[in-house]
Amino acid sequence: MLRLPRFRYLRPKDAREAARMAADLGPRAMFVAGGTDLFPKLKRRQFEIDTLIGLDFLPRSVRNGTDECVIDAGATLAAAAHDQHLNIRCAGYAQAAGLVSSPPLRNAGTIGGNLCVDTRCNYYDMTYEWRKAAGFCIKKDGDICLVAPSSPRCWALSSSDTAPMAIALDGMVSLSGPDGERELPVAALYRDDGIQYMAKQPSEVVTALRLRATPQTRSAYVKLRRRGSIDFPIAGAAIALVLHGDVVSDCHIVLSAVASHPLEARAAEEFLKGRPLEPEAIRQAAELAAKPAKPLDNADLSHFWRKRMVRVVVEQALRQVSDQQAGLGG
Amino acid sequence: MRGEIARDVERIVLVLDVNAERRELLVPVHKTLLEVVREDMQLTGTKHGCELGECGTCTVLVDGKPQLSCLLLPIQLQGRSITTIEGMATGSELHPLQTAFGELGAAQCGYCTPGILLAAKALLDDNPKPSRDEIREALAGNLCRCTGYVKILDAIQLAAERSA
Ligand SMILES: Cc1cc2nc3c(=O)[nH]c(=O)nc-3n(C[C@H](O)[C@H](O)[C@H](O)COP(=O)(O)OP(=O)(O)OC[C@H]3O[C@@H](n4cnc5c(N)ncnc54)[C@H](O)[C@@H]3O)c2cc1C
Ligand code: SF4
Ligand code: FES
Ligand code: FES
Repeated sequence: MLRLPRFRYLRPKDAREAARMAADLGPRAMFVAGGTDLFPKLKRRQFEIDTLIGLDFLPRSVRNGTDECVIDAGATLAAAAHDQHLNIRCAGYAQAAGLVSSPPLRNAGTIGGNLCVDTRCNYYDMTYEWRKAAGFCIKKDGDICLVAPSSPRCWALSSSDTAPMAIALDGMVSLSGPDGERELPVAALYRDDGIQYMAKQPSEVVTALRLRATPQTRSAYVKLRRRGSIDFPIAGAAIALVLHGDVVSDCHIVLSAVASHPLEARAAEEFLKGRPLEPEAIRQAAELAAKPAKPLDNADLSHFWRKRMVRVVVEQALRQVSDQQAGLGG
Repeated sequence: MRGEIARDVERIVLVLDVNAERRELLVPVHKTLLEVVREDMQLTGTKHGCELGECGTCTVLVDGKPQLSCLLLPIQLQGRSITTIEGMATGSELHPLQTAFGELGAAQCGYCTPGILLAAKALLDDNPKPSRDEIREALAGNLCRCTGYVKILDAIQLAAERSA
């Protein structure tokens, strides 16, 4: 059997205490929420820790206001995917949460865990024995990158479905550290590095996510994966935009699983602003959005095909948003 | 991997509600629910497959919702109600889903069956008349290598019709 390593389990009563424990213990300890990312990785010995700090105290509600939705970090992906108000006001977010992994995993996995989910790579998400046989890489136990051997860095992929959507919806995360609380734009939570992919302090706990949910905002998420039932994304497009009449006045396009962080497609965003959301504009914006995506050969299916598909998922997501405008979707 | 074996094992007293029975156990904190039900409670109806969250054969119900016991820590489940396949029949009377699976031959090797039955039970408890697509979606996390799924979907539909 693939068993978990031996560890101690600490049960702090709140986020501040959890953060203090994490600060005291350093890299020996990790937080655990639903465990759906952490436990498989511990079984494959991708982390070496001797202590888990349980985040069972995290609240789990979804609170809907007029112009924003606040989701507690402990809310499950299933709860977010099924929340009625969220499905109307932040349709793309509810869609993204409902497309993560499979139904039983969404009953355990949390939205906080999904924001912090580890980056992925075909050479890294393997058992210890596999990695030992193939040769370890920089992300764990080795000193070269097996995908890009001449590169000094790791190119593991940001694989969260909800993070790009949260960025597109101007999301803000609440963090609780050993010395206090702060709020940060979700985009500022990530770094362009496959190993140190999070910009927050390791001891900071994500406690809540706040999303823009004005009635004018339309959003959609389209995900590409081999099996629609369970797999991680190999490309994805998160779109949120505001229309005045049929003209785009504000626009966010963020891509999943094409870089070590959720990738904002700025040229496409700028191109769409001030234009009507028509088929030709959608087509050109999708071309522009796909340009900065440079997938490497470290995820499922061929990276040439994945690169070509980025344009397609962006175009599909923009079309969904445009149909919502016509009253067909969302 | 280094130094793992030398580490002390932290044992805890767990109070778990399994199949409507309260059980008290002394177990290592790092054992998964799958390991605890199979090895410490001798409830071997719950099967182990991938042990990584990918196949669904280890599915149990936690407060009525399907979850994967290979990725659950019992210490996080105290006070929650856990149902394994052993808790599905009432005494010697099979659950309507079990009867329908038997009648239609929806199990071949049977390895995926406990997990699928529990996922299907959660679906019908929540939505007694699901569409074919809703059944498919509810089973999206459960793999079957034998049947090709058609008979499984048929059996769930039959059980739903009979209970209506
Ligand atoms: C078969 C399979 C398929 C999957 N498919 C997908 C997929 O398609 N898309 C996808 O996005 N994910 C996928 N996942 C990964 C995972 O299920 C989800 O990302 C889930 O949302 C993780 O949440 P969790 O609560 O289980 O996190 P955990 O596993 O508990 O934690 C994940 C990481 O986040 C940290 N963490 C958790 N909560 C917090 C917090 N509040 N504050 C600070 N740090 C925290 C943990 O320390 C850990 O590093 C899949 C997993 C499996 C096993
Ligand atoms: S991108 Fe390179 S260094 Fe990073 S996990 Fe993959 S093989 Fe390892
Ligand atoms: S054994 Fe748990 S999902 Fe495969
Ligand atoms: S009956 Fe054999 S795996 Fe489903």
